Amino acid sequence: MAVQYIYPEYEVVRNYDRCIACRVCERQCANEVHEYLADSNKMVADDSKCVNCHRCVALCPTRALKIVKTDHTFKENANWSGKSITEIYKQAENGGVLLSSMGNPENYPVYFDKLLLNASQVTNPSIDPLREPMETRVFLGAKPEKIERDERGRLKNNLPPQIILSMPVMFSAMSYGSISYNAHESLARAAAELGILYNTGEGGLHENLYKYGKHTIVQVASGRFGVHKTYLDSGAAIEIKMGQGAKPGIGGHLPGAKIVGDISKTRMIPEGTDAISPAPHHDIYSIEDLRQLVFSLKEATGYTKPVIVKIAAVHNVAAIASGIARSGADIIAIDGFRGGTGAAPTRIRDHVGIPIELALASVDKRLREEGIRNNVSIVVGGSIRSSADVVKAVALGADCVYIGTAALIALGCHLCRSCHTGKCNWGIATQREDLVKRLNPDLGYRRLVNLMTAWKHEIKEMMGGMGINSIEALRGNRLMLRGVGLNEKELEILGIKHAGE
Amino acid sequence: MKEGMFRNVSGCAISGIFSKSGRRFSGKLIIDSITVMHERSNGLGGGFAGYGIYPEYKDYYAFHIFYENKSAKKECEEYLEEHFDIINLSKIPTRKVPQITDEPLIWRYFVAPQPTKLADSQLDEREYVVRSVIRINTAIDGAYVFSSGKNMGVFKAMGYPEDVGRFYRLEEYEGYCFTAHGRYPTNTPGWWGGAHPFALLDYSVVHNGEISSYDANRRCIEMYGYKCTLQTDTEVITYIIDYLHRKKGLTLKEICSVIAAPFWSTIERKPQKEREELEYLRSAFDTLLITGPFSIIVGFEGGMMALNDRLKLRSMVVGEKDDMVYVASEEAAIRVIQSDLDKVWAPRGGEGVIITLENGES
Repeated sequence: MAVQYIYPEYEVVRNYDRCIACRVCERQCANEVHEYLADSNKMVADDSKCVNCHRCVALCPTRALKIVKTDHTFKENANWSGKSITEIYKQAENGGVLLSSMGNPENYPVYFDKLLLNASQVTNPSIDPLREPMETRVFLGAKPEKIERDERGRLKNNLPPQIILSMPVMFSAMSYGSISYNAHESLARAAAELGILYNTGEGGLHENLYKYGKHTIVQVASGRFGVHKTYLDSGAAIEIKMGQGAKPGIGGHLPGAKIVGDISKTRMIPEGTDAISPAPHHDIYSIEDLRQLVFSLKEATGYTKPVIVKIAAVHNVAAIASGIARSGADIIAIDGFRGGTGAAPTRIRDHVGIPIELALASVDKRLREEGIRNNVSIVVGGSIRSSADVVKAVALGADCVYIGTAALIALGCHLCRSCHTGKCNWGIATQREDLVKRLNPDLGYRRLVNLMTAWKHEIKEMMGGMGINSIEALRGNRLMLRGVGLNEKELEILGIKHAGE
Repeated sequence: MKEGMFRNVSGCAISGIFSKSGRRFSGKLIIDSITVMHERSNGLGGGFAGYGIYPEYKDYYAFHIFYENKSAKKECEEYLEEHFDIINLSKIPTRKVPQITDEPLIWRYFVAPQPTKLADSQLDEREYVVRSVIRINTAIDGAYVFSSGKNMGVFKAMGYPEDVGRFYRLEEYEGYCFTAHGRYPTNTPGWWGGAHPFALLDYSVVHNGEISSYDANRRCIEMYGYKCTLQTDTEVITYIIDYLHRKKGLTLKEICSVIAAPFWSTIERKPQKEREELEYLRSAFDTLLITGPFSIIVGFEGGMMALNDRLKLRSMVVGEKDDMVYVASEEAAIRVIQSDLDKVWAPRGGEGVIITLENGES
């Protein structure tokens, strides 16, 4: 046997007093961790294959399994972590770029956790959402530049096309291909029931899902996969994807192995070919080119749908957003560096981009300084984990948030961050039929609806506490926020005061 | 610390009296009304606005200015001379009242924009005046224009409103409309500029409440050239009304549907035309929705508007007798000056009561 440099990160612990050797774990694990030894009527596990996705743990009928982090260790070293050493072993072995999935897990500051919300006391009554109306309806889109009246003096409806949402949350772009059909169906049906929108990502739209078009954002990305007239017409809005928070400056690559059957058809590429989305759009090398694509898409759809331009949060995000706001876009989506992905080079995911909280604060501020904040709506994503994050994002200046990871977790994702292997045991990030069918869309969509319903209740409670009964009065209302443990510069960028001030 | 450097939350009393026939009456009436609500203020601010009080100068902007010292006055007057033709200037007459102390220099100027400067600016006259006022208030240290409309004036100070009225000899003014404010701030404002009404051009606002949408409203309105130097609700509400009415051309009724918009559930029950209009206003001007408790009386040339927040979290009553309309935080403040009312009612939340002169002129 060759030298094994890498000791498994997780160990499968089996309680043999409980294990009945029913072999469920073996059948459930697409990574083939578990094995049945017929001779001894005993289950054993190969820890090295375990991705810690908890599928076996969740399905073990006798609760005989748990996964623990190994206590095997390198010699203590404050500079050379076990992770750094292991990654070098891997690259020394295969000469390749390290790949990862889902959002940046590294220990950077999470600004949402350093923001605290306000509540009313004495001078101003809090409002009980169970007794009084509490409004979370959101309009996304540009505002009219001036009011116009007809000959009888009545207001003309000159509002540019808008998206109307029942709450300030949408499901962010995840392509059919990167996630399964059943995951897509769950998202589409949940969006329709909730009165919000989901996003096709760059994988086209499966023909079965056209009926949810009113609740669909159709994405146009650099590979232009699955883009055609009917596709554009079927959505409620069109999103031009310029960047993604998990991999700013990088394109996408869906391996040919996943381009099978309906995915090939929906993407409009032959089976088995790699779907490569270039890093830039090759018709957009500058801001004026973006304007042309925005208006091409508006022309193609008769100016009936808002156009979203999605960018990754990078250093110069405020200036870029300001340029986009002057380029015909109705909505700007900003994806923070914690945003998820189906696959990205690890170094890019973990080291490129900036936190969404800071990006949002500076974009909102810049657009206001330039007097163009009402030209566009702002949607932010890149690790919105709870209703509190939603409320904080809105108070910082967002019109709405995108959630991706949170939605997948509702569908069963355990954040094992192994999407790129295509062997998702939860039927989400896989195209293997036997795995896909583990995700039942009837149950999946219900779990998404439950999650959003719960968040909506919580958002209303927090708003009511602040004495705010409509979400637009919270947007950009930074006096409702205070920082804890932040330095002067961070407070300045966030445009908030420190707690106690 | 003086107001403007921190956010000062206040409770209040408000009162307004309006003669629809345009008959001018003495300012004594409004003092009598607001006096009844003494308990609703705490002596840290009171003030009045009177309309139709300067008929002899009705074509000129009446600037009322606080100066903290003579050098501020000198600097401000230089600015005024450069940008305006000054028709008349004088100290605003006051009387010594033991309760009112630490008064600044209080001056009044009747002015018209300097024609060549106005032409050079390429602004309309009222915008020119607004920008000049904001300029003085933000750039000249120690000078503060607290009234800038035509044929109207604001009078305000630190103290209880009834004392402030006597201080300014308000009973000597006659107008077709007066509004009054007694303030109950949680912190001392530290200077007279923090008292209410707050005014810009002929718009004046007296307000009772604490709006929870403050920072959303402030950050929105500051995009359009306004500067919220006082950090008070009244200031931002005045700017919103000025913006929507003067700059955007919305009617007052439409403005009510923006700032105290009906709930979506209410809008959905309206007939189609009205529903579309309300939906339009709510979505087009969504950031100017005001939430949290407020009752306001807006004075403007030839009219007065009373409005409550959409949940009616502050008391406000309207009474009518012949050509007179009365609005106050408490009915007692109306009854004390007119016990025999034809009609008295409490407007619902978000229901604007708009009163204008019958002949359409002031």
